[in-house]
Amino acid sequence: METYNYRVVRQFAVMTVVWGIVGMLVGVYIAAQLRWPELNFDIPWLTYSRLRPLHTNAVIFAFGGSALFATSYYVVQRTCHARLFSDRLAGFTFWGWQAVIVLAAITLPLGITSSKEYAELEWPIDLLITVVWVSYAIVFFGTIMKRKVKHIYVANWFYGAFILTVALLHVVNSAALPVTLTKSYSVYPGAIDAMVQWWYGHNAVGFFLTAGFLGMMYYFVPKQAGRPVYSYRLSVVHFWALIAIYMWAGPHHLHYTALPDWAQSLGMVMSLVLLAPSWGGMINGMMTLSGAWHKLRDDPILRFLIVSLSFYGMSTFEGPMMSIKTVNALSHYTDWTIGHVHSGALGWVAMVSVGSLYVLIPQLFGRERMYSIKLIEWHFWTTTIGVVLYIVSMWIAGVMQGLMWRAVNADGTLTYSFTESLVRMYPYYTVRFIGGVLVVFGMFLMAYNVWKTIAAGKAEEAPVPQPA
Amino acid sequence: MDGATFHSIYTVVLLVIFIGIVIWAWSGRRKRDFDEASRLPLEDDQSSRTREED
Repeated sequence: METYNYRVVRQFAVMTVVWGIVGMLVGVYIAAQLRWPELNFDIPWLTYSRLRPLHTNAVIFAFGGSALFATSYYVVQRTCHARLFSDRLAGFTFWGWQAVIVLAAITLPLGITSSKEYAELEWPIDLLITVVWVSYAIVFFGTIMKRKVKHIYVANWFYGAFILTVALLHVVNSAALPVTLTKSYSVYPGAIDAMVQWWYGHNAVGFFLTAGFLGMMYYFVPKQAGRPVYSYRLSVVHFWALIAIYMWAGPHHLHYTALPDWAQSLGMVMSLVLLAPSWGGMINGMMTLSGAWHKLRDDPILRFLIVSLSFYGMSTFEGPMMSIKTVNALSHYTDWTIGHVHSGALGWVAMVSVGSLYVLIPQLFGRERMYSIKLIEWHFWTTTIGVVLYIVSMWIAGVMQGLMWRAVNADGTLTYSFTESLVRMYPYYTVRFIGGVLVVFGMFLMAYNVWKTIAAGKAEEAPVPQPA
Repeated sequence: MDGATFHSIYTVVLLVIFIGIVIWAWSGRRKRDFDEASRLPLEDDQSSRTREED
């Protein structure tokens, strides 16, 4: 009897938890460095400048990437009624992706970097990423092609868009001239390089951190709520509108720079338009619970999923607002941006992943549910409180920085030195650190819960339904 | 054709495509297909249920 390939899903699911803890621990460590700078112990490998890209790569590509691989392989099989296209290629994507992560963890602390944000890895690793990603695309779309059902479920459209777009973004933005094995230079000059970088950067947010996780949302929210998505029609319009508009929002990262004014204004307008599809998707997910809101009371997994959508709605309102040039004049280069990113990354991406994993993991190991629902409850509250502490402290810190930096005396000189604004940040950096500790604590609870669930279960493959 | 004319036409074309997608999605003929598709995440449970009964 044909079964689903759960092996690769299990591998990625477990590594999601592992890399989540690693990436977030590095985040907490560098958050502590901002408050207590002596924590780098004057060791070059432990300096903020080298560990910050390690943190972002670990949480986005190791934690988020593994969650996307795991759920997309699971969802595409279950909704296509077909085993993965190729077991060997799927296995290669797992080991290849882990190799990329390990290489990143070695090269970034050594200071080997292309210095492009979220694309810091040097060219040999970029080549490996390309090979792994093309294999991923073959496995995913190959599975869709051999599907036994008529429809391609909307979650697969989102996963598919994420896979295709990330391939395109990675190849274009990583184009570089290698000088040595560990050093290369971008093929793009000056302002064009900046524009390509933020075309990549914002679409990494839009497709890696949004479209992929929306695929997760469109499968796991209906699944856990036990009812179909609120409006399938809306999900179709949501898909096309979102992928059409995201492409143009990148220039809002380059307001008041050498980028031509028209490009800046275009980026701002498209970012504002983006509010519509973002909220369409959020409302679609939340309204799936319409008439069954009571389920939120006693199901912490569903609460993870729905609260993640609230954070998604909040950060997709905040983003367009911050892209308005006059607002950006205040917010850019301040900690407000950091707060915004984390309300998206921790509130939306991490919470929807965690909720989905709590649904997924028992399925993969032949269990009815997770070992402890109580621990999920605890995880939910530590994460929620941690994220709120993080965002609120960064809002206050960011607005304060923006106001202090722009304050001028009557004679035109600056009212505050940079150091003065830095000293005022200490209380907020402490609160942010505490918020981060709470989030990591929750991840440890999850790791224990997953461990106990796996120990009590056994890895078994589910049969592929045969057409009647 | 100058740049402004091109961009104006392009914008209108995009708008028409978007309206087309909305009309397509809300047309009565799609209703049955969409209802079927929307049940896919829920119906895939049948196999695991039979497995548990075994």
